[in-house]
Amino acid sequence: MDSVLEIKRLRKEYKGFTLNDVSFSLPEGFIMGLIGPNGAGKTTIIKLVMNLIRRNAGEIKVFGLDNIRSEAEIKARIGFVYDNPFFYDDISLKSLKSAIAPFYPKWDERLFQKLMEEFDLPLKKKFKTLSHGMKMKFALAIAMSHDADLLILDEPTAGLDPVFRIELLDRLAALMENERKSVLFSTHITTDLERIADYITFIKDGEIVFTAAKDEILENWAVVKTGGDRFESDGVPGLRGYRRSEYGVEALTSDAGAARQALSRDDVLERASLEDIMFFMSKGERHG
Amino acid sequence: MKIIISNSSNLPIYEQIARQIKNQIMSGELREGEPLPSIRKLAHELQISVITTKRAYDDLEREGFLDTVGGKGTFVSVQNKDLMREKKMKIVEDKLNEAVSQAKMLGIDLEALKVMLSLLFREDE
Repeated sequence: MDSVLEIKRLRKEYKGFTLNDVSFSLPEGFIMGLIGPNGAGKTTIIKLVMNLIRRNAGEIKVFGLDNIRSEAEIKARIGFVYDNPFFYDDISLKSLKSAIAPFYPKWDERLFQKLMEEFDLPLKKKFKTLSHGMKMKFALAIAMSHDADLLILDEPTAGLDPVFRIELLDRLAALMENERKSVLFSTHITTDLERIADYITFIKDGEIVFTAAKDEILENWAVVKTGGDRFESDGVPGLRGYRRSEYGVEALTSDAGAARQALSRDDVLERASLEDIMFFMSKGERHG
Repeated sequence: MKIIISNSSNLPIYEQIARQIKNQIMSGELREGEPLPSIRKLAHELQISVITTKRAYDDLEREGFLDTVGGKGTFVSVQNKDLMREKKMKIVEDKLNEAVSQAKMLGIDLEALKVMLSLLFREDE
């Protein structure tokens, strides 16, 4: 299968934060969610892909092309939404559109008009007078109006109300009927787009914890609820993090099969959501 | 075709889909040769991952319920009547098995069980 995005051993150093040895790839025709707590490095990765900042090491290929050498060619085929959309402040959405559209050979004016209407965006208003949510919607309308082969969305649901989030979900689901389209989005609210994501890359403290098909993750990871004493004596196979309360222990395992075998009568094993995984891996206690 | 997905179910989504399609084929709601939506179409409608719908179709294909014809799509396969009957029997057998072991555990004998079964069977008619 061809990858639309291939990242190899990516490294970026900041004072007090290093994105270290990040590798993953997104096959064409699929949606990948880049998840992790705030400050994990999600936006840094996206900025590196978009060549907005300089990397210290590693390689990024988009559509099989080097993302720096073929930047212009690549960007014409990418729809990009940054979590804090920035356009010239003091002009109307209509003028903004007229300035942006010519950069895209495949600009679809009719689709753009339709999206503006659906998203309730006033063409005559100035960008600076819009709320954060509306700025986001405008950026999405632009990103979706030029038949992009790859959508890169950085925290696309931040600041949006639930009604619009569901609309966005539906838009993305519809887009994926075309097997040549791919989406990479980052989010720290996993429940949002969890349903439609095909692949999940989980990043924490600048490093990749895992990158895999979502169904595979949800099959292998689970939460075990057991007694404190039993937890102390027997442990839980594949333990990745746990939380202790007065009445027992909740433990995250990445080996649901073995954990199920080891259950005793009063224990409970439940499917782990991505949110559970993110919580236990970042905030839960760990052995050793 | 009707598919309902529960987010609170303990069954993975691909299995929920596979079971419902299987039931509809067994009950005749989905007929032999009937075309199914493409995996991408179904994923869109259900707003779930393409990988999930693909897994459901793959499983059904392996069990002989669906056929995928390259370039044309996925169809309900022509069912072998004997095989179908066997599959249906197997479903009921599994349920009865459960009832039998429960009955044994609770000390209910075969005669009582037969009476119960006859009563239940007639009640529905």
